[in-house]
Amino acid sequence: MSFFAITRATLEKDIRLEWRSKDAVNAMLFFALLVVVIFSFAFDPTAEESRRIAGGLIWVAFLFAAVVALNQTWARELRNQVLDAYRVSPAPANPLFLAKALGNFIFVAILEALMTPLFIVFFKLRALGETWDLLPIALLGTWALVVNGSFFAAMSLRTRSREIMLPLLLFPISVPALLGMVNATSAVLSGEYSPRVWIALLLAYDVVFTIACLYLFETVLEAE
Amino acid sequence: MKRGISILAVVTALLLSLALYEALIGAPIERTMGDVQRIFYYHVPSAWTAFLLFLINFIASIVYLIRRNPKTDILALVSAEVGVVFCTVVIVTGPIWARPVWGIWWAAGDIRLTTTLVLWLIYISYLVLRRFSTSGQTPVIAAVLAIFGALDVPLVYFSIWFFRTQHPSPVIGGGGSLDPRMAHVLLINWAAFLCLAWLVSWTRYRLEVVKREVEEAQALESLLEGSR
Amino acid sequence: MNSMHYLYAAYIATWAIHGTYLVILARKYKKVRREMESLRK
Repeated sequence: MSFFAITRATLEKDIRLEWRSKDAVNAMLFFALLVVVIFSFAFDPTAEESRRIAGGLIWVAFLFAAVVALNQTWARELRNQVLDAYRVSPAPANPLFLAKALGNFIFVAILEALMTPLFIVFFKLRALGETWDLLPIALLGTWALVVNGSFFAAMSLRTRSREIMLPLLLFPISVPALLGMVNATSAVLSGEYSPRVWIALLLAYDVVFTIACLYLFETVLEAE
Repeated sequence: MKRGISILAVVTALLLSLALYEALIGAPIERTMGDVQRIFYYHVPSAWTAFLLFLINFIASIVYLIRRNPKTDILALVSAEVGVVFCTVVIVTGPIWARPVWGIWWAAGDIRLTTTLVLWLIYISYLVLRRFSTSGQTPVIAAVLAIFGALDVPLVYFSIWFFRTQHPSPVIGGGGSLDPRMAHVLLINWAAFLCLAWLVSWTRYRLEVVKREVEEAQALESLLEGSR
Repeated sequence: MNSMHYLYAAYIATWAIHGTYLVILARKYKKVRREMESLRK
């Protein structure tokens, strides 16, 4: 089977399995909602202030929601010794990683899509810049978190305190991407400057780390 | 070996004393900042040393992934640990210098200090990974993390640089040209700290070699005991 | 002259950080020593 065929098959299987057992999914959706509500209690800015800080608030909220989703990336594979099977077989493991990252991407994107209207309502948000610019920012930013997150989740499999290890590894490496996401979003909301350079940075980050993850995943898998 | 370390220890002690004297007394007083500027003679060489050590870690990590020599892994571990120590000095002395000079403890746009902070965070997470990993192949995973960290650094630098163009802020490290007498003192301090780094790393290296031999022997013994 | 306090603080902090690491190394060394002794028995 070709690379993309395996990726698609794995991805479809994951989506089907998640759709059937809705527990974890529902819990995470509720968690995402809670995060927005808590933030709205913690911060009560005017519309003017909102535009300046909302970028940061939203992406921190997305980051925490993403970590919750990322922590269970490999749970099913661990339970069923799938990783051992990949280690033994001559088949490349990259499609597996890509499928996982894409699955996480879809899921986190859904979380973001649910959280965003709530943020708009609670923080009285209205973009003064080009609203459509928010789409590439969201896509590139989410991928940045998800690609490294899925990779570090694999690296954390054989560690104590696995759930803490993932954010501990992810956050420092994600700093440039976070700066990019937050500042690009603030740029669009405030309309004061162009988000182009930040979007370019996010793109560069995504390219560099997607290649790194695909290249080094087998190494990490074999090392587990 | 033992004699080498002793000689290095003596040289280091001498250089550090000389460097301290030069920094506090020998160097001329800086015009705008006064005596506080002397922090510079500790802050900057520590930064250069930390970056050098992290570079060594990066190279050792790549070499380890290719050759899988355990000694190379020890080098990676040691350079990361000592690098974190020197890096801690940088991010502690930075704000101590910034406060009297600029009135603020930290400037988010200060590109060198913020990049150093992120580098510090990355390497702390590296050390935590090594400590918490229960895999038999921790060195491989750590090496991969080191590579990710190295790939990250240029992106970090650029992102903060661009952030700075939009949020102007004071440059804590200070720019501008350097009085040759000050450059002289700076270099002496750097030489002294490099020797300190070398001495501490060498000691840590030998300690790790022995530690791993002991662990192997312990594992062997518990195996043998089980079969008795 | 208050700024001199910052100068001393920086230098003392530097040596405190290095010193702490050396203390940690010394403790590790003692531990390894102990383990070596118990192995020899």
